Amino acid sequence: MSGDLPLSPEDVAEIVAILDGSAYERLEIRTTRFTLRVARAEGGSGGWTQEWDWSVPQAEAADAAVVAPRVEVGEGLVAVRPPLPGTFYRSPQPGAPPFVEIGDTVGPDSVVAIIETMKLMNPVHAGASGTIAAILVDNAAPVEAEAVLMTIKP
Amino acid sequence: MIRRLFIANRGEIALRVLRTAHRLGMTTILAVSEADRDSLPARLADETRPVASYLSIEALIDAAVAAGADAIHPGYGFLSENAAFARVASEAGIVFVGPEPATLAAMGDKLEARRIAQAAGLPVVPGREGGFPLLIKAVAGGGGKGMKRVDREEELDAAMAMAAAEAEAAFGDGRLYVERFIASGRHVEVQVLGDGTRAVHLGDRDCSIQRRFQKLVEEAPAPFIPDDKRAALRNAAVRLAEHLHYRGAGTVEFLVDAADFDFYFLEMNARIQVEHPVTEAVTGIDLVEQQLLIAGGEPLGVRQETIALEGHAIEARINAEDGRRDFRPSPGTVRRAAWPAGPGIRVDSHIADGGKVPPLYDSLIGKLIVSGSDRAEAVARLRSALDALEIEGVETTAGLHRAIAADPRFVQGGVDTRFFEGFGNA
Repeated sequence: MSGDLPLSPEDVAEIVAILDGSAYERLEIRTTRFTLRVARAEGGSGGWTQEWDWSVPQAEAADAAVVAPRVEVGEGLVAVRPPLPGTFYRSPQPGAPPFVEIGDTVGPDSVVAIIETMKLMNPVHAGASGTIAAILVDNAAPVEAEAVLMTIKP
Repeated sequence: MIRRLFIANRGEIALRVLRTAHRLGMTTILAVSEADRDSLPARLADETRPVASYLSIEALIDAAVAAGADAIHPGYGFLSENAAFARVASEAGIVFVGPEPATLAAMGDKLEARRIAQAAGLPVVPGREGGFPLLIKAVAGGGGKGMKRVDREEELDAAMAMAAAEAEAAFGDGRLYVERFIASGRHVEVQVLGDGTRAVHLGDRDCSIQRRFQKLVEEAPAPFIPDDKRAALRNAAVRLAEHLHYRGAGTVEFLVDAADFDFYFLEMNARIQVEHPVTEAVTGIDLVEQQLLIAGGEPLGVRQETIALEGHAIEARINAEDGRRDFRPSPGTVRRAAWPAGPGIRVDSHIADGGKVPPLYDSLIGKLIVSGSDRAEAVARLRSALDALEIEGVETTAGLHRAIAADPRFVQGGVDTRFFEGFGNA
């Protein structure tokens, strides 16, 4: 139960008006309470449909397989965390040497790994100056956003 | 000023009332039956109270009192026109969003309503003096129960006996009355608002497309009524509302002769109606808001001369019914509900993906309301919206509405209540 009603019929009509002037075929809005899909109607009538789903989203449960190494960061060490949840890669491409090994010296902008999220490669920056103290996640493992990938000794 | 509003209803109208109540800053408390526990209105209300039935006066009043409600909105159907419910609510210190109990009682008795309308100067359908064919109707009336057409004197006694038995079974009241049967009539009604002193009208609606006395399509304004007749019709409705010192929203129903546009008072519905959104679409006035303001003790906030009617609106009732099997109800779970969307389209529905249509209640799962600058634009929009609509999991009347929207008589406009006779097996 909740006080506010989401998106009035006028809001939905406005969303459709915006989409209609664009090349988009559908828009999906997902919140913790509902999913709204606004889509061009099938059959070429030129109309649009709104489809609401009020069942509690199951997205979190589907991601349960993601590995979350909850490692205590040792005293005096700085944790390196991923910018997004995704898949952790130590090298720029398969077969290439890793970005860093234990004992390597890094600066705040040094790229130490890659996180692949939805087919996009995102660099992981060290965020601090120092030497790599530990590498805590295996290559190609899925990770959550709060995972600790590496530690740095400043 | 109402702060805590108890809603004694379910389905789309519960959601409709919730929306306006929230917008006005009220806290909403919804009566919820076991079958409706997981319904969309139950999810969106601020608070819910379990009730065994939406027809139990005692259970509803107890729940409203326990919830500390200061007003009850009865919606339509169920107890919305029940004078005893309104009386018990007011005795419990809770405002009933609707007219006075005495008004409800008078309009609920169709014979009494006819007498009052005559006293207010409204024309009524001639009785026996009009000769045959006659239409027998139940005094407690509604939904076509106890209604019988009689063409000859010698059929009258048998038809009366049958109608009385039907009315007794349906309403616990076997009293009947007769009116002249008007072969080609249109069902036209006028929306009124009153504050007990003053009344205004919000234009008319045409509800001639009915199947077995059940409305399927409604539109505002009623097409092709000559200006002088239309003005007389609207004035008659206001005259009745003022005669009754009517408080709240109400609808005065008329039978309009399709040939000469003479009109006759049929009855007054003392509540919000299913088809109210077409009036909202052409006036821009939120009728539920007006109901709540008047119930809260405010005088009418609208003046007749400032009510402007613009464009044309049509409503199609989407029911969970199987058109191929004589429109028998089709309850179940709606797997997918892709309702039309876009400018000029409004959908009032409590049914989303996974929504339940319990077998206990009426089959209305949503109302599609389209509007346009004129009737042709509204009809075109109706057709395109119906083409987009996709409901999976239950059978619906959407296909029937597509056929109606494509029927040349409907496209032309101004059909009479015999529309379905020319409609195959529908």
